[in-house]
Amino acid sequence: MSAALQNLVNQPYKHGFVTEIESDIAPKGLNEDTIRLISAKKNEPEWLLAFRLKAYNKWLSMTEPQWQNVKYPKIDFQEISYYAAPKPKKKLASMDEVDPELLRTFDKLGVPMHERAALAGVAVDVIFDSVSVTTTYKEKLAEVGIIFCSISEAVQDHPELIKKYLGTVVPVGDNYYAALNSAVFTDGSFCFIPKGVKCPMDLSTYFRINTEGSGQFERTLVIAEEGASVSYLEGCTAPRFDTNQLHAAVVELVALDNADIKYSTVQNWYAGDENGVGGIYNFVTKRGLAKGVNSRISWTQVETGSAITWKYPSCILRGDNSVGEFYSVAVTNNFQQADTGTKMIHIGKNTRSTIVSKGISAGHSNSSYRGLVRVAPTADGARNYSQCDSMLIGDQCGAHTFPYIQVRNHSAKVEHEASTSKIGEDQLFYFSQRGIDAEEAVSMIINGFCKDVFQQLPMEFAVEATNLLSFKLEGSVG
Amino acid sequence: MINQNSKPLLEVQGLHATVNDVAILKGIDLTINYGEIHAIMGVNGSGKSTFAKVLAGHSAYQVTAGAVLFDGKDLLALAPEERARTGVFLAFQYPIEIPGVANSQFLRLAYNTVQTQRGKDELDPLEFDDFVREKMKLLEMNPDFLDRSVNEGFSGGEKKRNEILQMALLEPRLNILDETDSGLDIDALRVVANGVNQFTNNDNATILVTHYQRLLNYIVPDYVHVMESGRIIKTGGKELALELETRGYDWISAENSATEGAVL
Repeated sequence: MSAALQNLVNQPYKHGFVTEIESDIAPKGLNEDTIRLISAKKNEPEWLLAFRLKAYNKWLSMTEPQWQNVKYPKIDFQEISYYAAPKPKKKLASMDEVDPELLRTFDKLGVPMHERAALAGVAVDVIFDSVSVTTTYKEKLAEVGIIFCSISEAVQDHPELIKKYLGTVVPVGDNYYAALNSAVFTDGSFCFIPKGVKCPMDLSTYFRINTEGSGQFERTLVIAEEGASVSYLEGCTAPRFDTNQLHAAVVELVALDNADIKYSTVQNWYAGDENGVGGIYNFVTKRGLAKGVNSRISWTQVETGSAITWKYPSCILRGDNSVGEFYSVAVTNNFQQADTGTKMIHIGKNTRSTIVSKGISAGHSNSSYRGLVRVAPTADGARNYSQCDSMLIGDQCGAHTFPYIQVRNHSAKVEHEASTSKIGEDQLFYFSQRGIDAEEAVSMIINGFCKDVFQQLPMEFAVEATNLLSFKLEGSVG
Repeated sequence: MINQNSKPLLEVQGLHATVNDVAILKGIDLTINYGEIHAIMGVNGSGKSTFAKVLAGHSAYQVTAGAVLFDGKDLLALAPEERARTGVFLAFQYPIEIPGVANSQFLRLAYNTVQTQRGKDELDPLEFDDFVREKMKLLEMNPDFLDRSVNEGFSGGEKKRNEILQMALLEPRLNILDETDSGLDIDALRVVANGVNQFTNNDNATILVTHYQRLLNYIVPDYVHVMESGRIIKTGGKELALELETRGYDWISAENSATEGAVL
């Protein structure tokens, strides 16, 4: 770092920042000082501050994307506060103090008891021995050399790994929201599976207790070295509320030779009320680099929440014989909007990709699949199979499919199938004539429709996801 | 068979119904006793299938006048699923396909829902599997039906057998078979008809909605009714069906309008 920059970093904050530091909340607005504040608060090395500032400058030169099939009022980025120190939440003494409505929801979803407590903000150690669960978990992972911690901890404890991989899959200037995230991310998860290690259990962000308050600009980095494999679970079926309307996360996955990363997401952010007021804008950049030969990256997502979902978990298939997969269920109801899909970039020889996308729209909602399959001239023998199915419930919703296919190699095979169906009066009548009521009928039809995707989820997650869909569509038919 | 001592299962009185404000049923009167088989015949558009759907409670049809008693109780006051649970069964002319849902799963849900309503125990997947396989033998169905998605990729004959299998499982009191013979070759027709015959007895009654006489060679009705323009215009015994086969429908139509003329 240059001496000039060093001076800049080390000088006291101008513009009245000094007192603000004490309050632990940055003033609204985004400028270089905000970024320096974040970096200083987190005691980051200089190269990371440089990374952030570079991203910030890229961001300044960019404009918000307009191409997506969603509508929302313009976001005022100067009205957002970009740093707040995580405050310990007030713990409740027992489950009896939890809002009964929340308990009812947990019940419907079948969320495991120990998770309910944690999610509801009950001091879990009072009721369940959850702390020791987490400790055992961490010890077990450490034994085989797996690092699983918050990205802030990783910056302090494993800076060489962060420096080596951060921003290598999603460059700082990749897109508007990724640039913003790179400039201001406050926390997230880091996961490193060393050479030859098969992670002995599914890694769930839930178990990483300090994710509390990881904020609206979450950053995740997962690395699987040669021959390593991991199944990573993000999110949970329980509804999540947040006072921040804009969420712009970045997730980067790197798979080296013969490595295998499976990344599953269940997203149930607050979607706004039935009139479309409120709700989270979830603008996420997720990308996996299948860097090594025979590597595999598999995305599975169940998107049920947010007022607006904008995400395209993608795979760059650079290694020869590498495999990319994308299995997605996106449910929209009321006035929700989702524009989601994937990108499969075939670079290596004999690379293969599979896309299975299921969109379900109800109420006044709109759901779009947007996917790119690109086969580079180098990708001899590349293969892709895409299947995009949409289901409509009612006559006020919309489903759209935007497939982009760019093939620049003659030996490639690319297949695309699409269908649209509707849950109508006749289907429901068939069920009711067999004694089955409408809610159960819809649930059965939907779960049949999503079967190919749910099969990809870890077992318990799949059961919860099944319940979640019924819950989200409750009352949409009738 | 005609059971003189039997009490009425279904009493339809002056039933009128519309779809999208167009009158389809214009005054149906029909009484069906336990143990009886009634065939309802008529040309396309005469209202046969509408009558079947109105009895089952399809929401697209509005009953505008009349009453339907099922075992003495008001059937029209019940939602379609309640009618099914109380014992009204409709074998569909065009059964829907449900991709991704195993037939066994669907059949068990329907069976357990109806069992619960009747205060009986539900069957777990293993018990149900044994139970359903027995019923399937009677319909000469291949057991791999259970693992396939409901009606998806089924041939016309397979779909109809699946309907009759559901009838056998749910043990309804009123079986309404809507054009169950359509799209069946002669072998499939025989199997389906045999199935129906095995499940009809003095504890239930059957309505066969059909276009053609040939089904009635296999399932012999006690009464044959001819529908036209939303009304039953002639009722006879099984021999009426044979007469329709040779003479067509026009003569009844003519006879009927002559009668109406005389009344006026």
